[in-house]
Amino acid sequence: MTDEPSGFPYAPAPESTAIVNISSSYGIFIDGAFVEPADAPRFKTINPATEEVLSEVCQAGAPEVAAAVAAARRAHDEVWSAMSGAERGKYVYRLARLLQERARELAVLESMDNGKPIRESRDVDLPLAAAHFFYHAGWADKLDHAGLGRDPRSLGVAAQIIPWNFPLLMLAWKVAPALATGNTVVLKPAETTPLTALAFAELCQQADLPPGVVNIVTGDGRTGQLLAECEGVDKVAFTGSTEVGKQIQRSLAGTRRRLTLELGGKAANIIFDDAPLDEAVEGIVNGIYFNQGHVCCAGSRLLVQESIVEDLLVRLRRRLQTLRVGDPLDKNTDVGAINSAAQLERIVALAESGDAEGAQRWSAPCTLPDRGFWFPPTIFTSVSTAHRIAREEIFGPVLSVLTFRTPDEAVEKANNTPYGLSAGIWTEKGSRILWMASRLRAGVVWANTFNQFDPASPFGGYGESGFGREGGRAGLAAYLQEASS
Amino acid sequence: MEEGNKRRLAVRKTFKLYIGGAFPRSESGRTYQVLDAHGGFIANVAKASRKDARDAVLSARTGHRSWSAATAYNRGQVLYRVAEMMEGRRAQFAAEVARAEGCGTTDAERITDTAIDRWVWYAGWADKLAQVIGTANPVAGPFFNFSVPEPTGVVVLVAPDDSSLLGLVSTIAPAIVSGNACVAIASQTRPIPAVTLAEVLATSDLPAGVVNILTGDPAEMMPSLAAHGDVNALDLAGIGDVELAARLERDAAGTVKRVRRPQPDANWYRTPSLAAMSDLLEIKTVWHPQGI
Amino acid sequence: MIGTPVGLDQLHSALKGLAGVDEVGAASRAAMLGTRSIKASSKARAIDLAIAMVDLTTLEGMDTPGKVRALCAKAMRPDPGDPGTPAVAAVCIYGDLVATARDAVGDALHVAAVATAFPSGRASMAVKLLETEQAVAAGADEIDMVIDRGAFLAGDYVRVFEEISAVKNACGSARLKVILETGELKTLDNVRRASWLAMLAGADFIKTSTGKVTPAATPTVTLVMLEAVRDFALVHGRKVGVKAAGGIRTSKDAIKYLVLVNETVGNDWLNPDLFRFGASTLLNDLLLQRQRMLSGHYSGPNYVTID
Repeated sequence: MTDEPSGFPYAPAPESTAIVNISSSYGIFIDGAFVEPADAPRFKTINPATEEVLSEVCQAGAPEVAAAVAAARRAHDEVWSAMSGAERGKYVYRLARLLQERARELAVLESMDNGKPIRESRDVDLPLAAAHFFYHAGWADKLDHAGLGRDPRSLGVAAQIIPWNFPLLMLAWKVAPALATGNTVVLKPAETTPLTALAFAELCQQADLPPGVVNIVTGDGRTGQLLAECEGVDKVAFTGSTEVGKQIQRSLAGTRRRLTLELGGKAANIIFDDAPLDEAVEGIVNGIYFNQGHVCCAGSRLLVQESIVEDLLVRLRRRLQTLRVGDPLDKNTDVGAINSAAQLERIVALAESGDAEGAQRWSAPCTLPDRGFWFPPTIFTSVSTAHRIAREEIFGPVLSVLTFRTPDEAVEKANNTPYGLSAGIWTEKGSRILWMASRLRAGVVWANTFNQFDPASPFGGYGESGFGREGGRAGLAAYLQEASS
Repeated sequence: MEEGNKRRLAVRKTFKLYIGGAFPRSESGRTYQVLDAHGGFIANVAKASRKDARDAVLSARTGHRSWSAATAYNRGQVLYRVAEMMEGRRAQFAAEVARAEGCGTTDAERITDTAIDRWVWYAGWADKLAQVIGTANPVAGPFFNFSVPEPTGVVVLVAPDDSSLLGLVSTIAPAIVSGNACVAIASQTRPIPAVTLAEVLATSDLPAGVVNILTGDPAEMMPSLAAHGDVNALDLAGIGDVELAARLERDAAGTVKRVRRPQPDANWYRTPSLAAMSDLLEIKTVWHPQGI
Repeated sequence: MIGTPVGLDQLHSALKGLAGVDEVGAASRAAMLGTRSIKASSKARAIDLAIAMVDLTTLEGMDTPGKVRALCAKAMRPDPGDPGTPAVAAVCIYGDLVATARDAVGDALHVAAVATAFPSGRASMAVKLLETEQAVAAGADEIDMVIDRGAFLAGDYVRVFEEISAVKNACGSARLKVILETGELKTLDNVRRASWLAMLAGADFIKTSTGKVTPAATPTVTLVMLEAVRDFALVHGRKVGVKAAGGIRTSKDAIKYLVLVNETVGNDWLNPDLFRFGASTLLNDLLLQRQRMLSGHYSGPNYVTID
């Protein structure tokens, strides 16, 4: 728990886990049913806040992946693509409603498997996941109005590989548009966070979704590779590390399989001297400490106008001391556990590089639990653009602070990266917001806010942050054939 | 109304107006007789007066304020809820349509199913309209320029006389999906499904006043509504009399209302064009400089 | 922030130079703090703290000495069935009833009088000052004044400043609470400017509302005011209190405000000398919740008194 700076300590406010029912082990979900592959090895999934084992899941191998793809193929060709858009839409609406109905249970499950605070799962992940299904359900019978040609057709079978940072939400971002546009899917959740995807499979059953439309195979990177390289799929959608994204792009080269990638980022959060300061502090904090910094679009580089940097840092450090770090299932926790031991090692190593290269580290004083994986909210100052912590994605609660003098310089520094996922601009001046936004090479620009997501709002990056968009009209294109008429 | 078990006397319903989320009788105290397709008596239905219509406009104006301030997502959810509630009354609707329009059960069910699916179709438009109709405009200057659709405000619509449910739904839903509120005058000869629809709307989390449904004689109510200074648009779908339609359009010109003219050959089964929604929208275009 | 002493001729530009407030961001921060889950021992502590922070209020045309005496009795002993219940901080009444109130409470509680043509603020300076002096002479040790919103919205910050200064002077040793009437100021930028203006002019407390205009206190305006007192204290070394008044009816609401105080300005402000609730019905809800926490079952309106 954060050391309480005040005399109004909050008593523990634990969310009960009685609402979830986790099996001791899970099979994989193929063709509408859970199957236990005879020879597939199993691995454990743990709660990163306590290191307790939650369940065991399968490491799907080549036969399982092939079976899932075959089921998806049959479902697409015989059932899903033959169905009217209106009928498909009604199935997707059912899934949206089911997510709403079981939101509380799924939020608890997500926090247990991922380590994120229950407040976030409850107030952000679950509502947004349901919203993605609602929004895309409405497109299913309106595709000819999407500006993508008359009567656009589905691609077929989509292989979808998602990361561990927003497991259920990333599933929604992938499955909803794919289904709405008439495709069927084989989805692989991340190895450290399979449980909400497996719960989603149950929702598909409750919705009476035709078998094979959604298939879930669990496993680590090897399963993902099998799926991405499977010749029976028509499209691959990957969200995850830049490294793996490049591998997938290489392996799809020369094939006719379509690809979209959503990779890493090193976003600049740019604060001008006329920024609404208190809200800017909130935006900075939200930008890098929300979800423990495990956010591809995190505002991990703070670019402050030099004239206000000292005052801003004072406000920032003061604000960080009210962040509550600890038990994800406590409703008052702001910053939860790091998702895995491996990720924690990466964060620690990069932070140490910051020390070694001469930056100044400051961490919010907090008492961290003995078990589990934890890292305190941290700020590095005296950071130069050449430092590793200014260039490489840390994917943890670590902020690197740099300064600028003029808007041009801010744009230059912000753009000086192979990444280009997001950026933040804080200023009261509207014309400057629009001027900056038009020059920042980032797929998502937030002005006087940060980390806002909506199914209607396209999301995706420039450069090595990936290509393709998810959400909005633009996001439909990835799942439809190019129309010519 | 079905008699049900012949040994048991049915509790017959009194048919009232739907104004401001409540079900009042007409302030005039009048009713009129509704007959089925074979001339048999169905019920005495409230006969709305000009004053009822005036009250409905007031309610609509209030309803419009909160409805247009809701997010598009929220409106879509409410409209989807309407479809859920309609589905629950599927058998009731089908029976009422069959009796009103004199069609068989199969046709009545097809009409009802299409009407429910029509609501679902419109529910899905709430958070898409801005993306399909709105634009970012590439003006030749250092400006960010965008156009967004906005609801026009209060719409008075005359539902089709012959299509008692599907035509009704196809005029009400497109009016409100964008945030407009409406005063709907139901089919004079076939109003029963409209009253059931009002009951559905009242249980769908739709804010009071967003939809008001009046039963009665459109020719009596419409002239004052067409000239009304706080009504923004008219949909004359159900005005079969060509002369009357022209006269109402002239009355509307006094306040430059947006007018949708009658569509005598409308096939309500067909997927509607976007005009049903876009005719009831304003387009707002905003310019903002881009500069340091 | 406004650090250096500001001449009246520079007041306007100094206030305009304060950082802007993004309304969406501020509302979102206040809303997020409203999701804090305060349970068990923290809830019990918060309830007692909230009771001790109440300015129990009656400000009606039909107030009589009898009504004021009843209010004072309740203020001193809110729950006759539980003497362990804290007393409130103050009673808050119209100036012409101060003598009655002071007679009733003795030294046990503060007596706060509204003054300066409450609630509208529309009267001459002479009248406003006389009202203040009379209330203090009758025994009020706190004065709740209203600012001239007309002058503020017309941009005449100097006039507003001078009025507050003069009233502060007329208070003598009494403490001055300055009501901004945030519901009429409308924008959060105005709330920030009015907060700074009042503090620079000598306010001991800044207060959200008269309670006669809707909206009255909201978490968002209170957040902005708490940020202002925080920054003012850092620069000027003087802690100004905040009073949230009007529209706070339930314990749940009150606890949300305590969370706002806790996480914006911290422990130093979590006491009746620096934070108050202007309320009437809130007290009974706090008492009902207190009873429930002690007994384990929900209480009812017959177990708290009407004053």
